[in-house]
Amino acid sequence: MSAAPTTPSSESRVTTAAQAGLVACPHCHLVCRDTARDGHGKGRARCPRCAGRLHPRKVDSLSRTWALLIAAAILYIPANAFPVMQTSTLLSTQSDTILSGILYFWNTGSPELAVLIFTVSILVPLLKLATLSTLAVSIKRGARARADQRARLYRIIEFVGRWSMLDVFVVALMVGLVHFQGLAVIQAGPGAAAFGAVVVLTMLAAHSFDPRMIWDRAHRPRRGRPSKKRLAFGTRHG
Amino acid sequence: MTDSLVACPECDALHERRELAPGTKARCVRCGAVLYRRSYLELDHQLALVTTAILIYLIANSFPIVDLEIQGRSNSTTLVGSVLALWREGREIVAVLVFATTQLFPLVDLGALFALLLMIRRGRPALAFAPVLRFLQALRPWGMIEVFMLGIVVALVKLSNMAEVVPGIALWAFGLLTILLAVILSLDLRSLWRAGESVIVRPRRRFPPRQSAHP
Ligand SMILES: [Zn+2]
Ligand SMILES: [Zn+2]
Repeated sequence: MSAAPTTPSSESRVTTAAQAGLVACPHCHLVCRDTARDGHGKGRARCPRCAGRLHPRKVDSLSRTWALLIAAAILYIPANAFPVMQTSTLLSTQSDTILSGILYFWNTGSPELAVLIFTVSILVPLLKLATLSTLAVSIKRGARARADQRARLYRIIEFVGRWSMLDVFVVALMVGLVHFQGLAVIQAGPGAAAFGAVVVLTMLAAHSFDPRMIWDRAHRPRRGRPSKKRLAFGTRHG
Repeated sequence: MTDSLVACPECDALHERRELAPGTKARCVRCGAVLYRRSYLELDHQLALVTTAILIYLIANSFPIVDLEIQGRSNSTTLVGSVLALWREGREIVAVLVFATTQLFPLVDLGALFALLLMIRRGRPALAFAPVLRFLQALRPWGMIEVFMLGIVVALVKLSNMAEVVPGIALWAFGLLTILLAVILSLDLRSLWRAGESVIVRPRRRFPPRQSAHP
């Protein structure tokens, strides 16, 4: 069975910068001639506008993404197992993990906050790990199908990733506010640092991933079918 | 090299650049990513907006966010106070993370943007323009004021169960700052490269132009 390429109608009239022997500067986005490929100059050429090094694609994108994903997945365990917050009152000391913090909101009549924190603290990091690994695997296996859907997935996780930091900020504020000596004191737990690290690592992983790789494979002409290279440009306005 | 072409940042498809009407954006025909956009605001308005945001930032960080009262005792904190409390109790990583994402990066972001707009306005060649803009692009994803604002709301709901919560000046300032930043962050940094075309000091060429290499 051959994978049916789900090519939108615009697909056939698209030419990429790489196909045209051009490269978009990763810093200032100027479209330049890919001189390294022309055989001028040793190593990577520099952008004539901003002097940044020109790379047609992000350097070592997949291996960097994998390294950061694995580190994030390992830290995800202490982030959820260790308490992020410790509340000491006159009578008792209570440790809260991320999950028990969510349950607290659920039980004290703020289910909407419970859902919000569950989404950004538990669901989003997990979905980010799963999505980025799936995308990386699909690139490695040279998948062509559903490039537009994979591209959309990437855009979503790139956008929502930062909101996972919410719980870290909540803990920081509680620690700053609640220190009534002898009455109630809130301290940050070891899970907070691990959780912050997970958010930072998954954000870095998403940054290292180059979404253009999704389209590079999807676009490669299939055997026996000559590709029509036509430069036809257009922009959708909205 | 050509300024009339735009490559999609997410799929590398080439597009011809067209002038946009204020407040619109151009999207990639293949993947739908935003290629570039044009703001409603002119340069001077952008400068005024950034200046206002810097002032509000200073207010937001010098006054207490909320005042907490338990059994007649009250306690208030600024954002710096929270960071210092974390640091003192040995949570240095969390302290640095919160300080960087809610204070340092947003301020540096605003400062860098202010400097860039000023350089464009003066219209004289500025060596710093390209490095500062590159730095700003790298820094931008790490400023998280809007997430912090949501964090304040969640913390207040949590605390209102155990104590009397009195909102402070900084709470309103953070709210206002979040709105201003949403407008400022929607200014397209990519378009600054074109707006600053005349002030960028271009590097010397290190390799012969193509024409001479292929006679
Ligand atoms: Zn450049
Ligand atoms: Zn695209």
